[in-house]
Amino acid sequence: MSSDVAALGYRLLVVALLCVLLASLSSAFLTPSNLLNVLRQASLVFLLASGLTLVILTAGLDLSVGANVGLSACLAATAIKATGSVGAGVATCLASGAAVGVINGLLVTLLRIPPFIATYGMLWMLHGLTYWYMAGDTIHGFPPGFRALGSGYLFGVPIPIYLMLVFLAAGGLFTRYTTYGREIYAIGANAEAARLSGIPVRMRLNLVYTLSGAMAGLAAIVYLARLNSAEADIGEPLTLPAVAAVLIGGTSLFGGVGSLSGTLVGAIILALVLNGMNLLAIDANWQPMVTGVVVLLAVWIDIMTRQRAGSRA
Amino acid sequence: MDEATALAPYRRWRLRAAAVPGVAYMLAALVLVFTIFAAGFASAANLVNIGVQSAILLLLALPMTLIIMSEGLDLSIGAVLGLAGVVLAMVLVKGGGVTLGFAAALMVGFAFGVANGVLVAVLGMPPFVATLGTLGIAQSLALVATDGQSVVGIGDALPALYNSAWLGVPFSIVIALLAYLAFHVLLYHTRFGAYVFAIGGNREALRLAGARTRLHHVAIYALGGLMAGVGALLLTGRMNAGHPIAAIGMEFDAIAAVIVGGTSFERGNGWLPGTLLGVLSLGVLKNGLNLLAVPSSLQVVSIGLLVIVALLIDSLRGRA
Repeated sequence: MSSDVAALGYRLLVVALLCVLLASLSSAFLTPSNLLNVLRQASLVFLLASGLTLVILTAGLDLSVGANVGLSACLAATAIKATGSVGAGVATCLASGAAVGVINGLLVTLLRIPPFIATYGMLWMLHGLTYWYMAGDTIHGFPPGFRALGSGYLFGVPIPIYLMLVFLAAGGLFTRYTTYGREIYAIGANAEAARLSGIPVRMRLNLVYTLSGAMAGLAAIVYLARLNSAEADIGEPLTLPAVAAVLIGGTSLFGGVGSLSGTLVGAIILALVLNGMNLLAIDANWQPMVTGVVVLLAVWIDIMTRQRAGSRA
Repeated sequence: MDEATALAPYRRWRLRAAAVPGVAYMLAALVLVFTIFAAGFASAANLVNIGVQSAILLLLALPMTLIIMSEGLDLSIGAVLGLAGVVLAMVLVKGGGVTLGFAAALMVGFAFGVANGVLVAVLGMPPFVATLGTLGIAQSLALVATDGQSVVGIGDALPALYNSAWLGVPFSIVIALLAYLAFHVLLYHTRFGAYVFAIGGNREALRLAGARTRLHHVAIYALGGLMAGVGALLLTGRMNAGHPIAAIGMEFDAIAAVIVGGTSFERGNGWLPGTLLGVLSLGVLKNGLNLLAVPSSLQVVSIGLLVIVALLIDSLRGRA
């Protein structure tokens, strides 16, 4: 456990260093509105990445989260326009996200397709479905009550940040203090041993993929509320940052190691880097590259850490 | 144990694999369905069209077969093809000629292929994340270099080459067939090919037997990059322009073709003729759906369903 705290400590140090660096590079960085914006961005990525963290803890992967957000948001947008009810939109979003998650889980547990292939295929299928469904249209203009979920403030703090705190707490309790949580870690550490010790591996895997999908649905609500419009491609740029946040946060791709607080810090680090690029007016086309390089660095650090831990043992 | 003994089981497996014709049935079924339901499908012109459309995909699916056999994956191959195409187009616009442009495209592809190989084989990164990272890098480079726009004005030489026919066979099909022959020889008649089987099937035994596993493993990914460069030649010739993200999504088609063709992620099993049949299956599917006026967004969904069906059939036949 102390190595977890140390890992978190290193990452918080990185956050502090980044803040110092950005403050010195741009006078616009330390303003309250910019900082809240960074936190809001990080919250959005965190919501999406929280379910993904659970999946990666089991040594799995869900590459479809971005496309899931896209499809769920478009379906929810239609529901809100058709019924005028915010509740209908929220319910549709969550249901759609969770349904995709269930299918992912079944592909992995029933058809035994390796997670990265199953969710990668699902990514393309959702992408295709979303484009076909929207047929090039945009849906915009949602009721203010709904928009507040993404753009609103409560006591001066953006609402997505409250959602982030709620799910950080809930997720933390889930992973650290419930049997489900501990079983998820066990499955990631050694799936065969977990199975032999009586853990219902398939059921837990279905659970984490469903949760990943449901959180994608939740993130879609916030995203849709913030953008106030739905197009077929809105989810596309979200998968890489979500994966990046989880990996930067110290969750290992090999399973069994990591935490939701790590993912939050990872999301903050990524948001700071991208915010810095925006403040310095760096061409936005560089952002996928920076995210890609950061992902590779995070994985490399993960591998180095495991090797060092392995040689010590 | 010496090297020959370590490799022997995989040479034998190769012979047994040739008995698996599942994808052949799938291809036959698709051809039958579309001949019945899609007007104009079974004409000679249309079948040639399928071949031309499938050529680039075959170029990508061939190295992808080797990569998947080594229990890996290359998600970046589409983005690298796009970048290579942009570089090729830029060389042509500056008057550099097709040969120079092609060499540049090959170098770009090779560089990314080697990078992927080093990340996976030397640094030990999981292939999907390593290639996801290089995908982002390649995509960014292509977008920044072109500001998201197509590179046009590449002259007449390349489109003329693309549209030419050799002994009546379209240029793209000739290239694809040559590539297939090259890979067939490489996989089934060279020591490198035996290594490919072994790297996926039993990497530890190969390493202990003293073979230079890492070099061969890197080479597998480098081949992917090279073929992306060749694909860039065809795609740029076909589109008469270089577009940074035109090839995004081809990696999905390539992976789907390989899986449908019978190569799986487990234990170094792979079947190159299956990949050819898988590519043709995808080509037939897309062409047939086009003739039935199904939008391309739904075509992607159907490819995914095809992969699922293929995997279901495999598991039902007890191959899993």
